[in-house]
Amino acid sequence: MIPISAIEKAALELTSKASIEIPPDFKNGIKKMTANEPEHLSQFVLQSMIENWEAAELDRRPMCADTGLPRFYVKSGNEAQVEGGFVALERALRQATADATHAIPLRPNRVHPINRHDYNNNVGQHAPEVQYAFEPDGDWLDLITVHKGGLFGTDYRMLFPGDGVDGIKRFFLDVMVQFGRRGLFCQPAIVGIGLGGNKDTCMRLGKEACSLRIVGERNPDPEIAILEQELKDLGNSIGMGPMGYVGNSMVVDCNIEIGYTHTGGMPISIHTFCLSSRRATARIHADGQIEYRDNPNWFTPYYRREGIQ
Amino acid sequence: MNSPSMKTVHINAPVSDQAVADLSQGDIVFLSGVIYTAREGVYKRVLETGESLPIDLAAISNINFHCSPAASRNNDGTFNVGAVTATASFRFGKWMPDWFQISRAKLIIGKGGMSEESYRDMFLPAGAKYLTTVGYGTGALLGRGIKRTIDALWLEELGLAQALWLFEVENLGPFIVDTGDDGSSLFEKSNNHVNERLQMLYKDLKAPTLSRYGETTSREDEVI
Repeated sequence: MIPISAIEKAALELTSKASIEIPPDFKNGIKKMTANEPEHLSQFVLQSMIENWEAAELDRRPMCADTGLPRFYVKSGNEAQVEGGFVALERALRQATADATHAIPLRPNRVHPINRHDYNNNVGQHAPEVQYAFEPDGDWLDLITVHKGGLFGTDYRMLFPGDGVDGIKRFFLDVMVQFGRRGLFCQPAIVGIGLGGNKDTCMRLGKEACSLRIVGERNPDPEIAILEQELKDLGNSIGMGPMGYVGNSMVVDCNIEIGYTHTGGMPISIHTFCLSSRRATARIHADGQIEYRDNPNWFTPYYRREGIQ
Repeated sequence: MNSPSMKTVHINAPVSDQAVADLSQGDIVFLSGVIYTAREGVYKRVLETGESLPIDLAAISNINFHCSPAASRNNDGTFNVGAVTATASFRFGKWMPDWFQISRAKLIIGKGGMSEESYRDMFLPAGAKYLTTVGYGTGALLGRGIKRTIDALWLEELGLAQALWLFEVENLGPFIVDTGDDGSSLFEKSNNHVNERLQMLYKDLKAPTLSRYGETTSREDEVI
């Protein structure tokens, strides 16, 4: 039985880690891009971001004052049991979000969409979001928090089979160019693409692709892996760098996740995970032990399964 | 496009007319002294509702930062300011001419710059220039530059994000000068450079089967 106190403790610590510590895979990706960036001004911007991450970790302050929209991904082993059940788990995640908002502090970003009411704790209707997945043979819970920025760099479009890979490339360019100018999506970013599924599945997969896979991982489907590389190279060939300045540093990595879709369509969603890619992961064992790690490992063979089992 | 100057400049606030005039496009700037935040909440209150500023702002500082800090209020009434990041300035263009008149601001700091038109018609006549934050954002570095919160005005009325914050700062930066002496914008110059390649990138990619109603069809346009 996983003690609820361990879940609350892990959620609080993850929220702090996500807002303060840049994930090592992202940092290494940006360091490589900085070394390969020929334009001095773009290179200066990237160098400043690296210094900013170091300052954030030393001072234990958030790397960016727009601390995004805190949310959780929960992967439960099939044998996991939570003290108080999943209602207690959700309560713990909401409590940790409110506590962390005051303690770190995070910016209270969550408001009512019309009257803009703010509880000043990043909690509200459907906030923070909690997304669940399951895995065979485990009595543990994986808890991942992601605080993605939300204003620029996301788009969805219903393409059709006749649009083909060129249609995907064109829509990808559209998003990169329209949100890249003046650096609205705070590039270089991890670009996540959801391809196929229903509209909501398409959006979910794209968002998970950008925020739950680490830089340098390829999709196990060779055809998709090639497309990931092609789109990454395409984004970096636009001639645009950080802040929309001249340069070639736009896409740290491109991650695509697919879902089986309607026979007549090819829906696509594109998401960007910015220069403050806030994510943190922990496994909570049945005895309450908490193990922090860098890779969310969200996309397991089971999660991507195609057959009945 | 020529490489911008990228000279490092340290400026004391309030900033002198000469110091503003001496700033070249692409200079890297660090600030010390007193600065304030004002964005749509303050602009609406002063310029649309006609309320007086709660202090003689022009006597205190002439540097306006478009930002909301990640901050919380301690039990003793003091503030805990963690990270500081700018918000996108293009939304505030319509208020700038009147704001320059009332506040006598000489430097506007924010995210992403404003249009060349606004630099020519509003900034240069007011003797003002625009500084952009870097990377979006160097929130922790900027947070380090804030030495003291002098006051947070209209906190109850406007909330934490929209309040008028007065900060004492030391080596706050880096910022990049976007406004050129000719009213040009480094962002727009970069856009023009990118536009030269766009046609080639899109050349073999045909339009999608199903089109969409839209506000712009030219990919050389900005969407802001």
